[in-house]
Amino acid sequence: MPISLYWQRLAQMARAMIGFPDYAGYVAHCRLHHPGRSLPGEAEFLRQRQEARYGGGRGRTVRCC
Amino acid sequence: MSGFFKIIVWLAVSAAAAFALGTIALHQGERISALWVVVATLCVFMIAYRFYSLFIARRVMLLDDRRPTPAVRLNDGLDYVPTNRVVLFGHHFAAIAGAGPLVGPVLASQMGYFPGMLWLLFGVVLAGAVQDFMILFLSVRRDGKSLGEMIKSELGEIPGLAALFGTFLIMVILLAVLALIVVKALEASPWGSFTVAATIPIALFMGIHLRYLRPGRIGEVSLVGFVLLIGAILLGGKVAQDPVWGPWFTFSGTQLAGMLILYGAVASVLPVWLLLAPRDYLSTFLKIGTILGLAVAIVWVAPELKMPATTRFIDGSGPVWAGSLFPFLFITIACGAVSGFHALIASGTTPKMVDREWDIRFIGYGAMLMESFVALMALATAACIEPGVYFAMNSPGAVLGGTAESAARVISEWGFVITPEMIQQTAQDVGEQTILSRTGGAPTLAVGMAQIFSALLGGKAMMGFWYHFAILFEAMFILTAVDAGTRAGRFMLQDLLGFFHAPLRNTASLSANLLATLLCVGAWGYFLYQGVTDPLGGINTLWPLFGIANQMLATVALILATVVLFKMKKEAYAWVTVLPMSWLLVTTFTAAGQKLFHDNVRIGFLAHAAKFRTALETGTLLPPAKSMEQMEQILFNDRVDALLALFFMGVVLVILGYGVRACWVALASRQVTARESLAHPATAV
Repeated sequence: MPISLYWQRLAQMARAMIGFPDYAGYVAHCRLHHPGRSLPGEAEFLRQRQEARYGGGRGRTVRCC
Repeated sequence: MSGFFKIIVWLAVSAAAAFALGTIALHQGERISALWVVVATLCVFMIAYRFYSLFIARRVMLLDDRRPTPAVRLNDGLDYVPTNRVVLFGHHFAAIAGAGPLVGPVLASQMGYFPGMLWLLFGVVLAGAVQDFMILFLSVRRDGKSLGEMIKSELGEIPGLAALFGTFLIMVILLAVLALIVVKALEASPWGSFTVAATIPIALFMGIHLRYLRPGRIGEVSLVGFVLLIGAILLGGKVAQDPVWGPWFTFSGTQLAGMLILYGAVASVLPVWLLLAPRDYLSTFLKIGTILGLAVAIVWVAPELKMPATTRFIDGSGPVWAGSLFPFLFITIACGAVSGFHALIASGTTPKMVDREWDIRFIGYGAMLMESFVALMALATAACIEPGVYFAMNSPGAVLGGTAESAARVISEWGFVITPEMIQQTAQDVGEQTILSRTGGAPTLAVGMAQIFSALLGGKAMMGFWYHFAILFEAMFILTAVDAGTRAGRFMLQDLLGFFHAPLRNTASLSANLLATLLCVGAWGYFLYQGVTDPLGGINTLWPLFGIANQMLATVALILATVVLFKMKKEAYAWVTVLPMSWLLVTTFTAAGQKLFHDNVRIGFLAHAAKFRTALETGTLLPPAKSMEQMEQILFNDRVDALLALFFMGVVLVILGYGVRACWVALASRQVTARESLAHPATAV
């Protein structure tokens, strides 16, 4: 694997640790399966995910002792 | 690699494991290097992963990569996302690693490092990792359903409800005990208090920055936050010495408890982006970074284990917590060996992100091995401290007397060499006024980490910095857990209250929210206050309760796993879960029974209550009570604790009863009755 890919994975892992899915992956998914749907910008996407992780989502903030 | 070569390699690993364990076992009288613990651990875990987890995956679960996972079938790019297994490992590990595996082993060290080490090694291989692996597997086969939902659908409505109630109360005890650890670490420590208080404005700054100034730049803002944190530690040292500001940040236990309760209530109703989220990012990265750093430092420094392999306190007379090795060692070290809480995480977000079924082995079993490795490092770190210092830090004030002289005298009588000068010197080295009775595990671990880190970087002059760095590292993620846990507890409570009065379930209703938040904070606040004012240090009461509750949750998870194995017509392999489940049933019920009925007042809640009732009747005051009202309060506390232990036993018995019945029914049926999402997998043509 080229080094840039390692770096990308590492950044992806760091984001996964704090509960953020891959934005590029989300966009690719939506383009493929829901063409024509208007997509949130990256900042807005992160904002929505943050709300989903901590606010009201059932059992989402479960973490260990 | 040829088959023959593989056999040679695994024989070598087994030999290394046996040699390392043998070295530790045979050198019980002398001091050996902590590296032996590392080698033994790595070899045992490699063997367990390679052989036992493969056996479970192949024979018991029949993992099949051709079966599409929920992440693939329900992919929405948000919650259900097929994720690279290494990335997902990071996500899962960050969620399961917390304060538990760091604190339990430190407290267990009073019996020496060897009993704790053996329980961690064999507990995780046969119980903890099996539980995480099984629950993740069950949840992946059920569209990522939660533990409670799975119990409901496989066992029935009533056990499902019992599990919900039990989980909420465990949450309450967990939050109380975590908060108590922070209180004990910050009591009369201006340096620590300042540093931890500084995380609030730092997190607020990060939150606003991320929201309005540079949205999305998480890495950048976390780095800035980290630099500010280091600055806060350095400044804290100055603040503590300042004649004006030092006293400002010097708090008593009850003051800190009050502040934490207030913090929990306020923080959990603030918008998440402002305080909770940014601090979660900072604490997650700090946690992972520090754990990696500690691993490197232990291997590099190779410190000596100064604690004896076993101490005389295996008979149950130890000052840190009361009770004999069986059953109390097995509930004191909960997380790291087996932790019921992991069942909630393995049925939370992780199952919705698993790409292929075979990844479950690496993530479920593997991440738990990693957590156990963290626990073993904590154990080794605590064992690197001079035993006399360890007991000075972890024995309650009522036992040690108030001064370094009295403490040194008491500890020397136990047979551990220590002088008052050594106690004072240690306090001075780490920049604290005193280290006496800093119970709760966190300060002890911090002293150990300070010794190891300063041997690597900075020498003795940096010990104060490293000590407070370690305290901050622990306090940070505990405070995040208190904040997030109060929110999660609130939702759980609203769910439960909704059974009795439907409008209370509405999470959009402000009054329902506030009511649930107050009830939740009030519940853990009560136990926290009880712990802070306890003359035996509080840990003695709360940690066993937490350990029992956590292990009982693991028992419940393993009951579910056993029932499903029967329903899958895999009863021939049910021993995989029945074995750890039976062990946990025996240890938790013996421990809970002793906590209730033991005649030693340090162990039995009811014996303690009886002592205070008799004194109340004759009108005598027993310390720490200073008035008759306080006597009544202590009596009340004992009864609440006893009731709680009884309640936990009741929950497990109900679920066990339904579990046995479900197994019976499944055994009689000729077909597979497990309720998986894909009843007839498309690939099974």
